[in-house]
Amino acid sequence: MELIKKTNIDFLGLRKIAFGISLVLSSLGIICLVMIALGRANMGIDFVGGASANLVFAKPVQLEKARAALDAAGFRDAEIQSFTDKTKLFVRVKKLNVPVEQVIGRIQAAFTNAFPGNPSRVDSSSAIGPTIGKSLQTTALWAIILSFAGIIIYIWFRFEWKFGIAATVATLHDVLAVLGVFFILHKEITLLVVTALLTLAGYSLTDTVVVFDRIRENLKMRQKEGLMDIINLSINEVLSRTVVTSLTVFLAVLSLFIFGGQVLHDFAFAMLCGVVVGTYSSVFVASPILYVWRGKKGSRLIKVSMLTKQPAREGAKSLAAAPAGLTASQSTVKKTAMSEAGQPVAELNTSASDQSASAQPSRKGKSAKGKKGKKARAKA
Amino acid sequence: MNKSLMWRMILVAAVVVTALIIFLPSLPDVRGSLPTWWPGNKINLGLDLQGGMHLIYQVESDKAVESFTGRLAGSISNEAADKKIALAGVKQTSPTTIEADIQNPADMDKLLSIASDLGVLDKISQEGNKVVFALKNAEVERIKKNAVTQAVETIRNRIDQFGVAEPVIVQQGTDQILIQLPGVKDTQRALDLIGKTAQLEFKMLDETTQLTPPLPDSIPASDADSVLAQYKDKIPAGDEILFQRIVDHSTGAISKRPYLVKKDAIMTGDVLQEARMGISPRTKEAEVDFKLDPTGARIFDQATAANVGKRMAIILDNNVYSAPVIRERISGGSGSISGNFTEAEAKDLAIVLRAGALPAPLKPLQNLTVGPTLGSDSIQAGKKAIILGTLLVVIFMAVYYGLSGVIADFAVILNVIVLIGALALLNATLTLPGLAGILLTIGMGVDSNVLIFERIREELRTGKTVRAAIDGGYNKAFTTVLDSHVTTLITAAVLFQFGTGPIKGFAVSLSLGIMINLFTALVGTKVVFDLWTSRKKLEKLSI
Repeated sequence: MELIKKTNIDFLGLRKIAFGISLVLSSLGIICLVMIALGRANMGIDFVGGASANLVFAKPVQLEKARAALDAAGFRDAEIQSFTDKTKLFVRVKKLNVPVEQVIGRIQAAFTNAFPGNPSRVDSSSAIGPTIGKSLQTTALWAIILSFAGIIIYIWFRFEWKFGIAATVATLHDVLAVLGVFFILHKEITLLVVTALLTLAGYSLTDTVVVFDRIRENLKMRQKEGLMDIINLSINEVLSRTVVTSLTVFLAVLSLFIFGGQVLHDFAFAMLCGVVVGTYSSVFVASPILYVWRGKKGSRLIKVSMLTKQPAREGAKSLAAAPAGLTASQSTVKKTAMSEAGQPVAELNTSASDQSASAQPSRKGKSAKGKKGKKARAKA
Repeated sequence: MNKSLMWRMILVAAVVVTALIIFLPSLPDVRGSLPTWWPGNKINLGLDLQGGMHLIYQVESDKAVESFTGRLAGSISNEAADKKIALAGVKQTSPTTIEADIQNPADMDKLLSIASDLGVLDKISQEGNKVVFALKNAEVERIKKNAVTQAVETIRNRIDQFGVAEPVIVQQGTDQILIQLPGVKDTQRALDLIGKTAQLEFKMLDETTQLTPPLPDSIPASDADSVLAQYKDKIPAGDEILFQRIVDHSTGAISKRPYLVKKDAIMTGDVLQEARMGISPRTKEAEVDFKLDPTGARIFDQATAANVGKRMAIILDNNVYSAPVIRERISGGSGSISGNFTEAEAKDLAIVLRAGALPAPLKPLQNLTVGPTLGSDSIQAGKKAIILGTLLVVIFMAVYYGLSGVIADFAVILNVIVLIGALALLNATLTLPGLAGILLTIGMGVDSNVLIFERIREELRTGKTVRAAIDGGYNKAFTTVLDSHVTTLITAAVLFQFGTGPIKGFAVSLSLGIMINLFTALVGTKVVFDLWTSRKKLEKLSI
């Protein structure tokens, strides 16, 4: 089965519209961040604390019914636990802008309404602090900043520094966009949502690297072509895997979103948004940044050292990993080269050996090139 | 079959077998029927799924204020000595007040300026040569507040290091701490770990004062109070009596040995840089080896140089653990604490020393068992969604990539089994969101294979044979898969290094998932493909 056949979409041509959309989405996210910093965002109990109460009922209470009662009274994310005898409940609710006594009063009233024949009394109650206090938040923030730095350095090492920055910007964009969506919908930002944001940051990065990998490869193989064509071609070439990889995650998260119940609902929602935005950003944010930021004529998006090293290493690896396939692939290479011989030689790769250059195939055969050169030498 | 394939098959088989061994104990239905020698742990379930211990502690923040005032009194008398003020005495008269007595009225102004320079004292009365200072109210509040937040931090550190994942540790009211711990097997050990103040002090023994009658060598544990009462008025002003607990190993009887020590500590536990359990080379008993930070090392160096031949007591929470004779000057700043520890005791003591002392003692108020935060309906809904999500992904792969998709499905299921087994081995705690995370591992785990399969398709389109296309696909997708995994691994590593609590747990399962996935997707599925193509020459690949 194949969802997406060969495409030829001018993705870079759409970059202005895409940048517009992304700007709006990220701005919303930034507004949300500012609101968080000002303490005016809708944060979960883990971050702001709240009130806790021990309630003693005359008869055992069912947890589900207790939760439903609090839900109806407006305490959406109340945490309810029962002690060994089911008549005692421990309830935690998020901070509201009223004194603790009033909050506890409302909790008790909600229970009295829901369980008319089962009176309760408040055994003890108090304000509770956040699970993720200020210092924990600061360390977490530093961890996130450092991990971004680590990613830039790694991608710089493997690609080129502009790729690193572009990937990080795209990842940041995704996190901000999802935050923005949560802000507009006035959804609560809980610890779980933050976890989802971290997960989707990692996921979006993976998606971007897949596209970048192909751009790097095509930059190596098609040095005569314009950057715009190379990037467009690369995105089109990997489009089907970008969509399929997103689809698998999307399917998994969709099931959580629909059937996972209230606890997983927001987590799944954040992930759903993240998968969509992450896929969008690897195509419409990360790659266009590379193009827009291509620099003056003569500066390259690819390290010179890679031009010579990469193909040879790939060949060596394929030899070592699959000696069994040697004869088979050799004959294939010949066949490919023959079938495509006579076609105009589109470009010459400086790194390729003489043998492969003489039979330089078109784009489809580029993958065989490095291997063939090496193998030909090995045979000799 | 060639040699490389055989070795890879053995490797994959070994991983599958190991994974099953460590995974099985986590299945509730299977666990009961496993023999006792079976290795591996059962995976812990989080507070949301299973509940756990529910503890409430009161921070005795008054004690923090009291000891702060005590330290102030100490610095007043030091300062006064420096400025040559003859003091008749400085003493702490209540948790917040200090009374100072001078011999020469002319020194009064100097004394008052010393006190006001400290910035936290108010003069509340002055009568002749006697002046009484009290700690400012704002300062009292600040100390109390700090004591509680610091206690929360310290407890979190201790629990993190003890290895209980996903705890709840929050401040409750003004001076209480609510702690919930999932899946703790040894509750007493957890209580000891949390409740120990862990105030480590090094004090010199007073060996010059001759008490009459001399302190007894050993007394029954119950006589400690009467010994204190007996010597109350006989000991010098700067001294105190502390006890060492001695357990007779053959009878189990506990006796105490009193020591006369100087009240002023040479140094306290905050100069500790590192503490870990070690085995004494001499006695072969468990001990706690410690290393001091540069400041501590310097103090220790000077103190030992000045006191060669004398005895120094190592004191934890006012109990003497040992009182060795200083044989020579000790530079370098490392030492050890011995005291008839079991290995678990030494390990826990090292944890509490590393995590630091509590600013004030804790008083346990509640110790109950609490149920899960999620009702059984929520848990059921979560389980259903996770199973359904898994099925969706697995079926999609089989439909989209045919037999190759089925191979990828096996890889991803192997991935999950290894992941759960590894998490169980690491004593991780699984919450409902954690389970959802495993579902995400499935969705993302098949992606490595999607990348490889798409590449194989690309190779096939160029007219390669099945065998060559498979090899080509794996080789060329390798860098993509590696790059994408390493970037995520970097994120996870940094989050692990700097995050605490839930973030750390997230980082652990994320990085484990990625590493396992690299293996199952790149090595595991390749073996199956190689086996498949080595038997007969395939004309067409189901992909």
